[in-house]
Amino acid sequence: MSLFDVIFYLFAAFTLASAALMVVSKNIVHSAVGLLFSFFGVAGIYVLLAADFLAVVQVLVYVGGILILLLFGVMLTQRITSVDMRTGTLQLVPAILAVAGIFVILFRVIRTTSWNIVPEAEAQFIPTAEKIGYLLMTDFLIPFEIVSVLLLAALIGAAFIARKGT
Amino acid sequence: MITNAILILLLPLLAFTIQIFIGKRLPRKGDWVSTGAMFLAFFLAVPILIQALSSYDPNFKITQSWEWINFGAVNVTFGIHIDNLTAIMLIVVTLISSLIHLYSIGYMHDDPRYNRYFAYLSIFSFSMLGLILVDGFFGIYIFWELVGLSSYLLIGFWFEKNSAANAAKKAFITNRIGDVAMFAGILIIFTTLGVFNFEEVFRGIADGQLSGGLLTAAGILIFMGAVGKSAQFPLHVWLPDAMEGPTPVSALIHAATMVAAGVYMVGRTFVIYTADALLVIAYIGTITAFMAATIALVQKDIKRVLAYSTVSQLGFMMVGLGTGGYTAGLFHLITHAFFKALLFLGSGSVIHAVHSQEMDDMGGLRKKMPITFWTFLIGTLAISGVPPFSGFWSKDAILASALEFGMVNPTHMVIFVVTLLAAGMTGFYMLRAVYLTFGGEPRDKKKFDHAHESPLVMTIPLCVLALFAVGTIWWGWLEHLLTKPELSSYASSGVQVLEAGGGHPDVAHTAHKIAMFSSIAIAGLGILLSTLVYHWKKISAEAWGRRLKPIYTLFWNKYYFDELYGATVIAGTLFISKISSLFDMKVIDGFVNAVARITTRFAFGNGRFDIKIIDGMVNLVARVIGFFGAQLRTIQTGRVQNYILMALAAVVILFIIQQF
Amino acid sequence: MTVGLEHYLVLSAALFSLGLLAVITKKNAVTVLMGIELILNAANINFVAFARFIDTDLDGQIFAIFVIVTAAASAAVALAIVLNLYERLHSINLEEADSLAG
Repeated sequence: MSLFDVIFYLFAAFTLASAALMVVSKNIVHSAVGLLFSFFGVAGIYVLLAADFLAVVQVLVYVGGILILLLFGVMLTQRITSVDMRTGTLQLVPAILAVAGIFVILFRVIRTTSWNIVPEAEAQFIPTAEKIGYLLMTDFLIPFEIVSVLLLAALIGAAFIARKGT
Repeated sequence: MITNAILILLLPLLAFTIQIFIGKRLPRKGDWVSTGAMFLAFFLAVPILIQALSSYDPNFKITQSWEWINFGAVNVTFGIHIDNLTAIMLIVVTLISSLIHLYSIGYMHDDPRYNRYFAYLSIFSFSMLGLILVDGFFGIYIFWELVGLSSYLLIGFWFEKNSAANAAKKAFITNRIGDVAMFAGILIIFTTLGVFNFEEVFRGIADGQLSGGLLTAAGILIFMGAVGKSAQFPLHVWLPDAMEGPTPVSALIHAATMVAAGVYMVGRTFVIYTADALLVIAYIGTITAFMAATIALVQKDIKRVLAYSTVSQLGFMMVGLGTGGYTAGLFHLITHAFFKALLFLGSGSVIHAVHSQEMDDMGGLRKKMPITFWTFLIGTLAISGVPPFSGFWSKDAILASALEFGMVNPTHMVIFVVTLLAAGMTGFYMLRAVYLTFGGEPRDKKKFDHAHESPLVMTIPLCVLALFAVGTIWWGWLEHLLTKPELSSYASSGVQVLEAGGGHPDVAHTAHKIAMFSSIAIAGLGILLSTLVYHWKKISAEAWGRRLKPIYTLFWNKYYFDELYGATVIAGTLFISKISSLFDMKVIDGFVNAVARITTRFAFGNGRFDIKIIDGMVNLVARVIGFFGAQLRTIQTGRVQNYILMALAAVVILFIIQQF
Repeated sequence: MTVGLEHYLVLSAALFSLGLLAVITKKNAVTVLMGIELILNAANINFVAFARFIDTDLDGQIFAIFVIVTAAASAAVALAIVLNLYERLHSINLEEADSLAG
């Protein structure tokens, strides 16, 4: 077992544990914290996958943006002063069964598929920020622009929907 | 000539159509339409007679027929048949009808249904002319019924009067009895021979296709139609009641023309009657002539006297025909038509003047109504058989024929004797009527003072008819033209057919002599007796009436025929009707109701079945679906998470299924 | 055995399953949103892993970037909806948002 492998397992375990904490925790703030760590773990996984730019984006957008947004949501909708910050669960047993079934299925699929892996790819590591920037401005220009419009629309839409008194 | 005949037939029909639809709006209510049509018809009939006379041939004949109904095997034709008899009858009918139309203008002038009266007269004229002109049994039956219908309409013309309405019904129903028999007779002929046309029927009979008892039966049945229409015993009861109609109608229909239709029909179909059938005709005629004469002796209503005299005279005609005196019978038909129309119109004139039909209310009218008196007297003398008036010649011929028949067949001498007696009575009761009406002192002063001579439109027809009642010129050429038809002349092969009678020249000669003298004698006797009783008052009618009380009562009550029919036929019919009605109500209605009830029950059960089982099944399906729907709708929780869970479960299940 | 594509995929599957569990079971709408984010992360791991091991160019990473952007947008809209829901029901308990129940 190489060092690389060890690091992977560590990150994977960390990510899953955090996610599990997020799912299991009854306190919504605890869940948020679990999610936060989980995002960090995923960022580490990205690094292991030679996606340095993406890892940075993961930390910036998710941890710095989305999670904060979610926390705001929590703060705005829960009476933070009240004791009850808990969230209940429902249909727990059938859900666990179904999700376990899904996991088993996915697992089987992953194991039984013969992946067409490129052998030499593992060794290389090239910084990606420049290439991604180049691609976004050339091959993926139109999706890039569409996504920016989408963001704008989502921004206005969210503001509109969340407005009081509509 | 055929065109003339068709025009003669269609003119009154046209007049009828005009009258019935727009008569009320025409000037003078359209009386000139009907009258004009009739006169036109008369003038069209004259050339036909002239042609018949100028050819002077007993076999003069114009026929034309058209195919009417074709059933393949059965081919009914409809056509016009003109021979000497038709030509003469056309003149008689059109002339008398024209005169009576003219007379009616005066007689009916203030009737509220003036135009309808003329419409009815027109339809009658049409029917009567059709009856004369058609060439077959089928056509004659149609017009026969039309004549009956128009007679019904005219008798019941004053239908507000109960008696008139009843008389109309009585006439129609009584006629119907005869008509049914006639129809049966026609059917016998048609089923055996398959044709309606007179000539073809005669030919078939001459060839022996229909003979013996069946032919006799057919003849008697057809004669029964004439019995009804010509008011012969025992169906004579309707005619006196028919006097409820307007007097011109009585003159036209119930004296001169329609009642003569029976005689005409017998004359037209003369050759089909076997010896037996003719004997029946002769006896029926004898009974009728005698019985009606006796009843006429005691009647007080002038129109009833005339009515019974008509019945009696029609009996004479039947006697003439039945005893083989074909010419005599038809001759009497023609002469009678004129003098009886004259008598009726005369009586109508009197009735018009005094507004009463009872002879007790009259008397002494001779001075007030000279024209009416003289013409009426001429008619009386004619009907009584006084020479040289027309009635003498015809009645004499009938008596001669009866006597001849009696001399050849002595067992049937009674026909002559009885007929002679009836002839004597004719003179008696007719003179009685004249004396009571015109002679002596007025019995009802008020009515007498009110009386006046009738207007010109009424007296002119009287005079014209009186002219025809004189007619000594009649006999010779008529005998030639109306020669008795021999059946053998119709035979296609030389088949010899038995003759009914006649063919004894010396006997005929003797018979004529005896008959002439006896008829003059008996008429004179009747007139003398009448004069003794009613003019010179040598014999008291009341005393004799008391002395012969039972007979008088019998005569007065018309032999109780009405009562007899009332007790038997009418009561029987009512009884059967009641039984039928009971049967109808209890059995038929019960059955129908039972069916209805069963149907209702069944329907009720059906409904139950429908509601419980059919609807139940439908509802069950609906309820099952509803149940599953209710179960399924619980899946639709409205919670997104449930849906996702279900989708996941489905994915898992699908995967599992795919794996195994 | 060295870490390969399958390890990443299994990790992704586990992460996905946890996110799904959160989505299905949590009553709180915000927690459900967190589960969705988790699922999206799992997907991103897949994209990047495939980009690393199969395609070897950067298309997968670009897709991941787009997913992140979309996730941010969806989070914003979803939170707006949650706020609106709270406005109406005075609760963000999803059990109560069942007006579409049959």
